[in-house]
Amino acid sequence: MTPIEFAEKYGLTVSSPGEGDSREIGGVYCCDLLSMVMGRASENDAFLTVMGNVNTVAVAVLADVSCVILCEGIQLDEPTLEKARAQDVCVLLSPEPTFQVALKLARELGMV
Amino acid sequence: MPSLKLQYQVDGTDFTRAGEASSSVKKNLRKLGMPADIIRKVSICLYEGEINMVIHADGGVIDVLVYPDRIEMILADTGKGIADIDKAMQEGWSTAPDEVRSLGFGAGMGLPNMKKYSDEMRIESTVGVGTTVYMTVRTGASQSA
Repeated sequence: MTPIEFAEKYGLTVSSPGEGDSREIGGVYCCDLLSMVMGRASENDAFLTVMGNVNTVAVAVLADVSCVILCEGIQLDEPTLEKARAQDVCVLLSPEPTFQVALKLARELGMV
Repeated sequence: MPSLKLQYQVDGTDFTRAGEASSSVKKNLRKLGMPADIIRKVSICLYEGEINMVIHADGGVIDVLVYPDRIEMILADTGKGIADIDKAMQEGWSTAPDEVRSLGFGAGMGLPNMKKYSDEMRIESTVGVGTTVYMTVRTGASQSA
């Protein structure tokens, strides 16, 4: 399932489409400590967080995740959003808590 | 002789620009056709190093030397230095200020991540003079490739 397909199925807002229609979600990683994400998220993971600053985008690019999903209604500010678009990072927004979004992804990926 | 030599000045005052050097190196390695896992390792090492330079040392200079069989990274700063390198290498140990923590850093993962994702790492540091971190990531190719 691609990030855009996930967004369409569950009604998430596509804040930056990036490569979200061409990459497959390979796994799920939830964390707000960006250094931990750098070291532990796997390539193609969906990265779920409430940390919506410009460094979130940098970490998404360098860790090569398939998308960032900002949970709990967190939004990106305009400069960060511009950076995400410029770097082709797919950013989705959800009003739900991280766990709820992760649970939907886990079901879609056949983990539960 | 390295096949590619890159140098970056890291701006120590602008936290939002941290990652620019790492992103640029990533693009260059992609152009060279490096395997994705090698690029990822180099990116993580450099980004953590960049963040450290911004948090602790008011910036510095990053040199990246690309050889067929390895990528060498040298991160040099003239910051306050590391008093106890063994302690700094422990996961969870950090001297980062609260404003950095509120941005999602300062968890004491930086140097351990650099160690984990590089094949070789060496730190030279003198308190009050600065720190230089040397890291090597092997590409798996032979020297003559």
